[in-house]
Amino acid sequence: MNATARKAKAGHGMPERPFAHRLLADMLRIRRMEEKCAELYGAQKIRGFLHLYIGEEACATGAMHALDADDNVVATYREHGHALLRGVPMDAIMAEMFGKAAGCSRGRGGSMHLFDVARRFYGGNAIVGGGLPLAVGLALADRMQGIRRVTACFFGEGAVAEGAFHEGMNLAALWRLPVLFLCENNLYAMGTALDRSESQTELCVKAASYKVPTLKVDGMDVLAVHEATRRAAQQVREEGGPFFVEFRTFRFRAHSMFDPELYRDKAEVEEWKNRGPIHSFSAQLKAAGELTEDGFLELDAEAEAEVAAAVAFAEAAPWEPVEDLLRDVTTRGATR
Amino acid sequence: MRISYREAMRQALHDALASDPRVFLMGEDVGRYGGTYAVSKGFYDEFGPERIRDTPLSELGFVGAGIGAALGGMRPIVEVMTVNFSLLALDQIVNSAALLRHMSGGQVSVPLVIRMATGAGRQLAAQHSHSLENWYAHIPGIRVLAPATIADARGMLGPALADPDPVVIFEHAQLYNMEDDLRDEPNEDWACDIERAAIRRPGSQLSLITYGGSVPKALDAAAELARDGIDVEVVDLRVLRPLDTATISESVSRTHRAVIVDEGWRSGSLAAEVIARIVENCFYDLDAPPVRVCSEEVPIPYAKHMEDAALPQPARIVAAVREVLNV
Repeated sequence: MNATARKAKAGHGMPERPFAHRLLADMLRIRRMEEKCAELYGAQKIRGFLHLYIGEEACATGAMHALDADDNVVATYREHGHALLRGVPMDAIMAEMFGKAAGCSRGRGGSMHLFDVARRFYGGNAIVGGGLPLAVGLALADRMQGIRRVTACFFGEGAVAEGAFHEGMNLAALWRLPVLFLCENNLYAMGTALDRSESQTELCVKAASYKVPTLKVDGMDVLAVHEATRRAAQQVREEGGPFFVEFRTFRFRAHSMFDPELYRDKAEVEEWKNRGPIHSFSAQLKAAGELTEDGFLELDAEAEAEVAAAVAFAEAAPWEPVEDLLRDVTTRGATR
Repeated sequence: MRISYREAMRQALHDALASDPRVFLMGEDVGRYGGTYAVSKGFYDEFGPERIRDTPLSELGFVGAGIGAALGGMRPIVEVMTVNFSLLALDQIVNSAALLRHMSGGQVSVPLVIRMATGAGRQLAAQHSHSLENWYAHIPGIRVLAPATIADARGMLGPALADPDPVVIFEHAQLYNMEDDLRDEPNEDWACDIERAAIRRPGSQLSLITYGGSVPKALDAAAELARDGIDVEVVDLRVLRPLDTATISESVSRTHRAVIVDEGWRSGSLAAEVIARIVENCFYDLDAPPVRVCSEEVPIPYAKHMEDAALPQPARIVAAVREVLNV
């Protein structure tokens, strides 16, 4: 859908109905998929680390719909939603979490390392800040080859404490590279609140110190996220240099399945839940006459059906034979 | 044709840049300065600032950018000034470059070459004298090369760039001024294999196995021993990962004795790995326990006499060989 079609209709500030419904449906797809993941974790079908994005869906949804299919995407270990909206089939995501060879990373990566290079999705990176230098390099390669493309790099606010953030930001600005830095500030780096880890809590100020232009938006508002990302991506595309967007958001669940959440008040979580992106956007749509309760239930049922099919696919998929253990270490084959 | 190791490396880089527009060189002071070891002198003017890319002192950032550029279709050569500073980039090398292929289920290759100077011997003190090749040789997913001859300095880069996976090249800083005839060229572009170890001096009584900056020392020791009628074989590992176990085993099976020379510290050293493979593969061919000549377990001191004492030297190698041969 092009920018014109997305333009707000006169009167109630809503985008056209099909696009609005697409945004809502995609947030629901992420939500239902991840709720199922939590359940499957309890059932020990999914193991290892599982970092849920529940509460933050507006960020990936708004942002991904503002990118072109040809853009590069680099993501973090909390990337299920990003992968899904990049077009990675839910079947392949679910099979990956099950550790099956039909997974999008052949079962070698798991939840934190979803990859789909055909869709230019360069992975879940589980080293905080590790994706930023990679994004700079992808953008450098595009520039050197005369390819006009944006590299979108998602990371959390925890990454701004890492040297990789500062080095990556500096290189992108110094070399005027087309990197769109998308910071999902959910206020807690695992259990450490932003104001307990940063002397400067205004992240845009940090980015601006590298002369990178910035925008700060409500990450619970899918339309605001979409519009900010669209504007930022457009500027990157037209002018070539980087851009930094901060989404203020919140994760409703624990950091990972091992986190007892001792570091934040239940009241704070409840307060943010009241601003939940799915709940607030559907309320907005209903108020504007763009969505009925039946319409909502229909979208939700579609998401649930997609999840059920993905789980069935993952369950049925075969395990990779152990004889294949040493494959994909090097391109030319195993060495000892 | 008599050239220096530096010149051999410079020619190899020049060939790579001239023959493939995807190749570019990136690192600290590679451009206007001409390279810390003057390997890229003149390149900035010839190839321009895009392809001879000076970087800030951001090892983590620019090594990571090299990985990203490799993913994006380029063939970057990233120069990390020395192995000492590569520790600042270790996360990107180990957690990204080496792992991306596997973690993605084989969807990507990272055709990146990382060059760095290594080693001690110039009174640069503890923070500028590391030999940490064994750290890199530990990691599945990367190839580790140690050119120790003019021919390897000239011929390893091309095949390294043709390798679809990350290759780390260690250039011992003491070798840059070494001069020799460029000979034994197998083909016109000088390309050599990056798979096998090489026997630098054939011998019958003992295998002296080493790599990098210790190769000339081992050859000096072998020459001295030869004057006393002791016939020692010198094996240059060349490729530190994957190790060429076959060449090591063949040599030791023939000579029945081994001394390993490694500028790394003894504990957890490459020398330890070589001995383990010898024991695994030719234990019953051994006439004596293998012996190691490594750096002493001390940070490399500044004072010349102390630095010399900390590092493997021809005299220590000679003594170790005599001990094993009991002569």
